[in-house]
Amino acid sequence: MDRRQFIALTGAGALAFAAGPVAAQAAQAEQLVTAAVNDITRSINSGKSAAALYNDFETIFERYGDVGYSAQGVMGRPWREMSNQQRRAFADALKVYLSRKYGRRFREFQGAEINVMNTREIRRGTEVVTSVKLRGSAPFEVLFRVRDVNGQPRFYDLVIEGISLVVTERAEIGAKLDARRGDVDALIADLRAAA
Amino acid sequence: MTLRLTKVLIVLCAGVLGACTTPDTPVEVFDPYEKTNRKVHNFNVGLDRALLRPTSTAYGVVVPRPVRTGVSNFANNIDTPRFMLNDLAQGNIVDAGHNFMRFLVNTTLGVGGIFDPATSFGLETRRTGFGETLHVWGTEEGAYIELPVFGPSNERDAIGTVVDFISNPLSATIDASDDWIPPTANVMDRLGDRYDFADTIDSLFDDSEDSYISARILYIQNRRFELGGNGGNAEFDPFAEFDDDPFAEFDEE
Repeated sequence: MDRRQFIALTGAGALAFAAGPVAAQAAQAEQLVTAAVNDITRSINSGKSAAALYNDFETIFERYGDVGYSAQGVMGRPWREMSNQQRRAFADALKVYLSRKYGRRFREFQGAEINVMNTREIRRGTEVVTSVKLRGSAPFEVLFRVRDVNGQPRFYDLVIEGISLVVTERAEIGAKLDARRGDVDALIADLRAAA
Repeated sequence: MTLRLTKVLIVLCAGVLGACTTPDTPVEVFDPYEKTNRKVHNFNVGLDRALLRPTSTAYGVVVPRPVRTGVSNFANNIDTPRFMLNDLAQGNIVDAGHNFMRFLVNTTLGVGGIFDPATSFGLETRRTGFGETLHVWGTEEGAYIELPVFGPSNERDAIGTVVDFISNPLSATIDASDDWIPPTANVMDRLGDRYDFADTIDSLFDDSEDSYISARILYIQNRRFELGGNGGNAEFDPFAEFDDDPFAEFDEE
C-alpha cells in the first residue's frame, strides 16, 4: 500500500466514521416513527372506546415521546421558575390533556394511510417526513421531530402543514395560564380534569 | 436621486404596505393592532355563530355532496385565470402553464368547471394570489391583522386579499348581468368548507381558552408554510431558551 492509498483509505474511514452516527440516527428516528405510527393506527382502528383510546395515546406518548422536553417548550418562560415537582406534574398533565384533546378527533384518522417519506437533519436531531392520507382528502405532510435521549430516539414535536404542536400549544397554554393569573398548579389541575 | 427614491420607497413601504417591520424575537408574534384585531375577532365569532354556522349547516345538510363538490370545482375554476395571472407576475412559468392547461381542461371536459377531470390528469389545483406575489416581490408579512369576514391575515396578505377580490380577469370577459356568479360561487364554496371542517372550526371557537390567540398562531404558521421556506421568516423556536435536559437544573438525583 502506498502513501496515497493509505491517505485515501483513512480519509474514507474518517468520512464513514463521521457519517456513521448521523445515518444511524436517521435510521433510528425512522424506526421510532414507524413504530409509533403503527401503534397509533392499530389503536385507532381497533374499535376501542374513546376512553380506552386516550389511555393508549398516553402510553404512546410515554413510550416514544420526550414529554418533559415538549412540556418545557410548551410552557415557555414560566418553566424556569417552576419547581422540579411542578415540571414533572405539568409534563404528566400535558400528556393527559393532549391525548384527550387530539384523541377526541380519532374518527377522522380511521383508515388513514401514513407513509414515512424521508428524513433530514435538524438542529436538535432528526426530522422524519411522513405523508398522511385521510379518506377523501389530498395527502398532507406531517413532520415528526426526533431527538436523542441517552442513546434512545424520542419525538418531541409534530408539525402538520407547518403547524407545530409545541408552538401552537404554547399559545394555548399561555392563554390558559393568563386566565389563571399565572397559577401553574391550578393550570395543572385543570389540564388533568378537563374531559 | 437614488437616495431620494429609496426614501420614497421606505415611506411607501411603511405607510401603504406597512409591511417592512419584523418581530423582535422568533417566538413572539408581531401584533401591534391586537386591540382592534380582537374587536374584529369578536365580530367574526358573532358572525360565525349567527350566520355562517347555521347557514353552512343548512347548506351541507340540504345540498348533497356531489352538488357541493360541483360548486367548489366551479368556484376554483373561475379563480384559475387569476392564479395564472399571479403565477406570471411571480415569474413562475411552470405554474402558469399548469394552471392554463387546468383551466382549459376543466372548462371544456369539465363542463364549465363543474367537474375536475384535470386533477386526474396530474393537473391538480395550485392556488396562489396577490399576497404570494407580493411575497415573491420581497414584501414581508408585516403585522398580524384579523380582517372582518375574511379572518386572519397580515398587512401584506390583507392587500393581497383586496386585490384578489377585484382582480379576477374572468370578470372582464363575462356579461355584466352575470357578474353575480363568481362571488356567489365563492360564498357557496366557503359555506361548503365551513360545513366540511365544522368540527375543526367549532373546536377552535369553542374549546380553546382564547380563540383569538389560537386562530392567530395557526394562521401565521400555516401561511408561512404555504409560502415555502417559512415565508422567509426565522422559524419559531420554542426550545431556544432552554437546556438540553428539561429537568437538569432541579434534578435531585
